Amino acid sequence: MSDFWRRFRRNRGAVVGLVILALVFAMAAFASVLFPGSPWDMATAPFVPPGEEGMLLGSDSLGRDVAAGIAHGARISLMVGAVSTVAALFIGVTLGAVAGYLGGWVDDAVMRFTEFFQTIPSFVFAILLVAIFTPTIGSVVFAIAVVSWPPVARVVRAEFLSLRSREFVQAAEVLGKSRIAIVVTDILPNAMSPIVVLSSLMVASAILLESALSFLGLGDPNLMTWGFLIGSGRSVIRIAWWMSVFPGLAIFVTVLALNLVGEGLSDALNPRLARQRGGAA
Amino acid sequence: MELSRLPGFLLRRGIKAMIVILAIVVCNFLLIHAAPGDPASVIAGQSGAADERFLAQLREQFGLDRPLYEQLWIYLKGVLTLDLGFSHRQQQPVWTLISERLPATLILTGAAFAFAIVAGVTLGTLAARRVGSWWDSVITVIALTFYATPLFWVGLMLVLFFSVWLEWLPSFGMGTVGVEMHGIDVLLDLGKHLILPAATLGLFYLAVYARLTRATMLEVADQDFVKTARAKGVPEGQVVRRHVLRNALLPVITFAGIQAGQLVGGSILVETVFAWPGIGRLAFDALLARDYAVLMGVFFCTSVMVVGFNLLTDLLYAVVDPRVEVEG
Repeated sequence: MSDFWRRFRRNRGAVVGLVILALVFAMAAFASVLFPGSPWDMATAPFVPPGEEGMLLGSDSLGRDVAAGIAHGARISLMVGAVSTVAALFIGVTLGAVAGYLGGWVDDAVMRFTEFFQTIPSFVFAILLVAIFTPTIGSVVFAIAVVSWPPVARVVRAEFLSLRSREFVQAAEVLGKSRIAIVVTDILPNAMSPIVVLSSLMVASAILLESALSFLGLGDPNLMTWGFLIGSGRSVIRIAWWMSVFPGLAIFVTVLALNLVGEGLSDALNPRLARQRGGAA
Repeated sequence: MELSRLPGFLLRRGIKAMIVILAIVVCNFLLIHAAPGDPASVIAGQSGAADERFLAQLREQFGLDRPLYEQLWIYLKGVLTLDLGFSHRQQQPVWTLISERLPATLILTGAAFAFAIVAGVTLGTLAARRVGSWWDSVITVIALTFYATPLFWVGLMLVLFFSVWLEWLPSFGMGTVGVEMHGIDVLLDLGKHLILPAATLGLFYLAVYARLTRATMLEVADQDFVKTARAKGVPEGQVVRRHVLRNALLPVITFAGIQAGQLVGGSILVETVFAWPGIGRLAFDALLARDYAVLMGVFFCTSVMVVGFNLLTDLLYAVVDPRVEVEG
């Protein structure tokens, strides 16, 4: 553990990312203390520029506090990012493990299925899903999970393919352990590092995806989100630039922090791979 | 690959593409039935509000009282003859709506892709040749920035900067409204309107391609045939261009194929921000009106576009790289 921490700390960007992430978490946790009351309530006159009348980041077309919207929106962004990633991990790990461990035609079938999901324009598919199942926080999480699992399945499958013929797995088989027990207790723990690295990047792209959906008006109508804030500022960008600039910065900073942490995790968990990684879309 | 084997390869890839397209149609079909409420009202594009006669007509047309597999067959036949349904809202066939908007989207995505690949490969090459220099770090920072920025927000910031503050470029539409223009002026006007949307859509992929080119060039540069070329005394510029870059481009091509879906999806956001009259904008309007027939049509057409683009990159790959013996 201390070894892990030492390697993680060596990546300065990752430490900065972790600090930023902690601040965003704090902002989300203390949103109701910092900005009591609903972020939907009118706080002052419409279109107050940043820094005037006690509005740190200005007010929107209905006199709502932009800063309050950002603080409350942080909860939704982080929550959607985390929950949809867990759901996508569940789908991806299950399919990848089955394909990699069983091999043969099962592997073929699962990989074709995965390829199909990687081919289709995922954002268009997500829009379609949310629109058809009506925009609620549940359908947004569902849609993001449905379009985000394929990379997980691929990575897990590759790990399982290489691990299943190792001696410790053979030993477990000889001991008469059931297949499910072998997959869950022997192979999966050894395949954790790439899954952990991938999940931090997935939370980042889930936050981006959620913001894009809310920007298009597909967010849960009862919840204040960063994408919604930008969407409502779009048409008045000529008179109130702050309405779109600040929520966008919030997304940027959070996603950047998550990507940096992801790189740090990658360095710490597999030093071998540290140099050759791409990014998350 | 030998040219004589190309037709077989194309056939295999063509069959695979057909299967994907069929799967997408089935997917659309299942969605209509998975949606809460009456499938007829999903097709009609509104829940509860459509008039009964129209719904009854839809039930008849799609055989909604018959078994599911028969319905699927009716639906499949329709889509494969380009009958993508009827938009009740716009009182036009969905295919007509989409085919009118398709050229605008192709112009936008084509321009964005060309910009991203040319600028990305150039920047990546420069970074790979000067590893660890300030220039290399600048490119890494740019890449990290665009990985983390929402596409639509980049668009808005470009509008704010270049249209609102500097007043250099138009911020919406595809041409100046109400001005009569001819010949070259029309193209120039289009070009001016295209710059911001294409840049928005292209910047993210520019970052992706730059990083990818940098990584693969560094990998290729270590290989024996490059050392051999240097040892033979081939000039450095030629080594980079003919030996390193050419081989480093292959992963970039593959990746471009994989990312095609993302590019098309991104165009929905960009067209929404810039009121660009393509199928993305059409999808956004359909979204506001809950016009599911149009949305499904857009999903189908964008998927076909992606499949077509993948075929193209496969072919390009097979032609560019003689070592590859591509299996179906």
